[in-house]
Amino acid sequence: MIHLIYLTVLFPLFGFLFNGILGPKIKNEKVIGIIGSGTIGIAFIIAVGALFETLALPVDQRLTIITLFQWIDVAGLNIHFAYQVDQLSLVMSLVVTGVGFIIHVYSIGYMHGDKSFWRFFTYLNLFIFAMMNLILADNFLLLFLGWEGVGLCSYLLIGFWYDRKFEKSTTASAGLKAFIVNRIGDFGFLLGMFLIYSTFGSLIFTDVFSRALSFNVPEHIFTLIAIFLFIGATGKSAQIPLLVWLPDAMAGPTPVSALIHAATMVTAGVYMVARCSIIYASAPTAMMVVAVIGVFTAFFAATIGLVQNDIKKVLAYSTISQLGYMFLALGAGAFSAGIFHVMTHAFFKALLFLGAGSVIHSMHDVQDIRHYGGLKKYMPITYGTFLVAATAISGIPPLSGFFSKDEILWYSYANLGIVFWLIGVITALLTAFYMFRLYFLTFEGKEKFDSHKTHPHESPKLMTVPLIALGVLSAIGGFIGIPEIFSGDHGNLFHTWLAPVFKSAEIKLMNIGSHSHFEEILFMAISIVAGVAGIYYAWYAYLKKPAVADKTASRFKGAYNILLNKYFLDEAYEASVVNPIVKGSENILWKIADNRIIDGTINNLAKLVDNISGTIKKIQTGVAQSYALVMILGVLIALLWLIISYS
Amino acid sequence: MTLEIALFIIFAIVCVVSSVLMITRPNPVISALFLVLNFAGLAGLYLTLNAQFIAVAQVIVYAGAIMVFFLFVIMLLNPEKEKKFFKQKPKLKIFIVVIVALVLLQIVYMIFLSKPLNAINPEVARSVDAGTVETIGREMFTKYILPFEAAGYLLLAATIGALVLAKKKFE
Amino acid sequence: MQIPIEYYLILSAFMFSVGIVGVLTRRNAIVVFMSVELMLNSANLTLITFSSYLGDATGQLFVFFVMAVAAAEAAVGLAIIIAIFRNKLTVNIDEINILKW
Repeated sequence: MIHLIYLTVLFPLFGFLFNGILGPKIKNEKVIGIIGSGTIGIAFIIAVGALFETLALPVDQRLTIITLFQWIDVAGLNIHFAYQVDQLSLVMSLVVTGVGFIIHVYSIGYMHGDKSFWRFFTYLNLFIFAMMNLILADNFLLLFLGWEGVGLCSYLLIGFWYDRKFEKSTTASAGLKAFIVNRIGDFGFLLGMFLIYSTFGSLIFTDVFSRALSFNVPEHIFTLIAIFLFIGATGKSAQIPLLVWLPDAMAGPTPVSALIHAATMVTAGVYMVARCSIIYASAPTAMMVVAVIGVFTAFFAATIGLVQNDIKKVLAYSTISQLGYMFLALGAGAFSAGIFHVMTHAFFKALLFLGAGSVIHSMHDVQDIRHYGGLKKYMPITYGTFLVAATAISGIPPLSGFFSKDEILWYSYANLGIVFWLIGVITALLTAFYMFRLYFLTFEGKEKFDSHKTHPHESPKLMTVPLIALGVLSAIGGFIGIPEIFSGDHGNLFHTWLAPVFKSAEIKLMNIGSHSHFEEILFMAISIVAGVAGIYYAWYAYLKKPAVADKTASRFKGAYNILLNKYFLDEAYEASVVNPIVKGSENILWKIADNRIIDGTINNLAKLVDNISGTIKKIQTGVAQSYALVMILGVLIALLWLIISYS
Repeated sequence: MTLEIALFIIFAIVCVVSSVLMITRPNPVISALFLVLNFAGLAGLYLTLNAQFIAVAQVIVYAGAIMVFFLFVIMLLNPEKEKKFFKQKPKLKIFIVVIVALVLLQIVYMIFLSKPLNAINPEVARSVDAGTVETIGREMFTKYILPFEAAGYLLLAATIGALVLAKKKFE
Repeated sequence: MQIPIEYYLILSAFMFSVGIVGVLTRRNAIVVFMSVELMLNSANLTLITFSSYLGDATGQLFVFFVMAVAAAEAAVGLAIIIAIFRNKLTVNIDEINILKW
C-alpha cells in the first residue's frame, strides 16, 4: 500500500470537493458526515497498510518516494509533486488520519443541526488534505504548500461561526489574528527555504540532507537556516514570541480546536524541525535557541493556564505548554522523543478537547468552569475519559503522557543540563495542577449551575464512542515507547523505529552523555512525585477547601492579574507592534503616501492628459477636406524627398 | 504641323479648359456637363493614342452611364448653389491652389528629369495593334480572366450596396 | 508618334492637380465626387499613354478595370450621399462633420 499513499491525500481532497460542491444541495447530514469522515477513514486504512508494508521491509530500505508528476521546472529548480514515505511521515500520517477520523466522527454528533454542517466538513477535509501534503511532502516547497493550506483551513475554521461574538471582538477577527501571526512565521520559513536553496541548490529533502552532510558549509549558515525555519515553527506551533494566536483560536468549534489546534496542525512545526534534524544538529546555537524557547514557552503557558476560567482557554494554554515540551525535546537532540510526545499529546489533548466539547455541548455553550461542577453523575463517559486524559497529561504512569514526557525530561537533563530539567519538572507540576483544577471544578464538587435552566446530559453515541476510542489510545499509547531500562532487550520500540531517520543527526550530535540507570529512575520518580503533588494540591485547593484558592488569589493579586491577563502579552503586542503599524499606515501610508503621492500623481497625470488632448482634439475637425489637405501636404513633402534623393 | 499634333492640341485644350471650368462653376449641373465635355475630350485623346476600344468605352461608360447617374442624383437632391469660386474663404483657396501648383511643379520636374522616358521607342504598328478590340478581348479572357470575374462581383456587390444604402428606411 | 510622351504626361498631371483643387475647395459633396472622377481619368490617361507608347495592351486593360471600379464607387458613393441627405438635408461637406470627437 506504500504506492497507494497518494490516496491518503486524494481521498480527503475528494471529500472536500464532494462536500464543497454538492454539500449545499444535499443538506443531508448523514451523507455529508459519512463522506466527510469516510474518506478520512479510508486514508487511515491506507496509512495502516503502508505501515505494515514498511515494517516488512529491511530497516535500511524503509524510505520510498512516490512521484506523482512534475510541478515546477525552471532554471535548475526542479520540483516534483512527490510523497516521501518513511518512518517519520508514517507516524505523523497515522496520527493525523487516525485522530482526524475519530474527530470527524465526533463532529457529526457535535455539529448536528448547524446551519453550515456541510461547510464544516468541507473545511475539515481540506485541512486533512493540506496536512497530509505537509507530512508526506518530499521537498520543502510541497511542505510549504501544505503548511499554508493548513494555515488557511485554520483561519477558515476559527472563523467558522463568523456571526458570533468572541470576547471583545468577533470570531472572524480571531481567525484573522491567527492568520496574520502565522504569516510572520511563514516569512521566516520562506527565508529559510531561500537560504536552503541558495546553499544546497535543491529543495528536495533527500538531496538537501545528504548535501548538508557532504558539503562544506560554514556553521553560521546552518544556524541562520535553522533559526529561520524555527521562526516558521514558532508561528505554526504557537511558541514564544508568536503564541498569542492560539488562545484566540479557541473561537472555532471545539472539534476544530481538538483536530487543528491541539492534535495536528500545531505540531507541524515540531514535525518540520524533526524533519530537518540534520540541519539543526549542524547548528548547536540554533538547537540551544529551540530548547530555551521551548522550555520557557512550556513554563509560561503553564503558569497562564493556572488561572484561566474558560475551559477551552485552559486547554489552549496547556497545548502551548506541551508544544514547548516538544521543542525542548528537539532542542535537546531527542528528536524521536519529541515526535513521541507529538503522538501521545495528539491522543490525550484531542480527548481533552473532545471531552470539553461534550461538556460545552450539554451545558448549552457555557464555557466558564466556575459555572460547572458535579457533572460526574450526569455524564459518566465524558467524565471517565476526561479523567484518563487528565491523568495522562499529568504524567502518571502507566498512561501515555508519562512515557513521552518523562523521556523528554530525561533527555533535557542528559543533553542540556539540570536547569532545563528543573523548569520542565516544575512545568509538569503546574500541568498536573491546572489540569486537575479543571477536572475538579468541572466534574466534582457542588453543582454551580442553575439546575432549573440547565439539564446536563450525556452526549449521543456518535460523540462518546470517539471519546472512548481516544481514551483507550491515551491509556495504552505510551507502551510503544517504554524506556530502555524497563523493556530490556527490545529497547525502546518507538526509538528503534524512528532511529534511521535521525541517525545522521544523532551521529553528528554525539552528546548522549553516560548517565547511570539510577539517575534515570531517580528523575523519573521525582517527576511522578511532581505530578502527584500537583494533583494533590489541586484537590486540596479546589475540592477540600475551596476557600484556599480564592485566598491565594487575593493575596497575590498582582501576580494573579498578570497571569489572568496572559502577562499582558496581547496588550504589549498591541502597543509595540500593532498600534504603530496601524497608526503609521493610517497617517503616513494612507493619508500621505496613498492619497497625496500615488493618487495625486495619477490624478494630475490624468488632468494633464485631459488638458493636452482638449487642446489637440481641435485638430480633429471632422471635415473630410481638411484631412485631405493635410494629405496633400504629405504628398508634397514625399515628392520633395523623392526629388532630392533622385538627383 | 501634322494632323496628329493639331488634334492633340485641340483635345488637350478642351480637356484643360473644361476641367478648370468644371471645378469653378457654382452650379453643380453645369459642373457635371463640363465634366462630360472633359470626358469627351479625353476620349479623343485616347484615339490619338490608338486606343480605340477604351475611347469608345470612355464615351459609353463614363460620359454616358456614370455622368447620367450623377446628373440624376444632382437633380434628385437639388442642392443649393454655391457662391462663386473665390468669394468664399478666398485665403484658404489661394493657399490650396498654391500648394497644388507646387505639387504639379514637382511632378513636371520629375517627368522631365526621369531618364527611363528616353528609353521608350514608340512603334506605330505595335501601338495600333495593342489598342484593338481583338487584342484587349484576348488578353481579358485569357490572362486577366480572374480579375475580370472579380470586377463582375465587385459591380454586383456595389449594386446591392447602393440599393441597401439608398432605400427608404421603414420604421 | 511625333508627339513627345511628356506632353501627355504633363496634361495628365495638370488635370490631376485640377481634380485635387476641386476636392479640396468645393463644398458640394457631389462636385467633390466628380472631382475625384476627374482625378481617376487623369490617371487613366497616363496609363493609356504608356500602353500606347510601349505597344502593350496591359495598360488599357488596367483602364478597363479602373472604369469598373469607378462605376461601383460612383454607385455606392452616391447612395451614401443620398442616405446622408435624407438625414441631414444637406450635401455640404463642411456641415457633415460627425467624424470629429
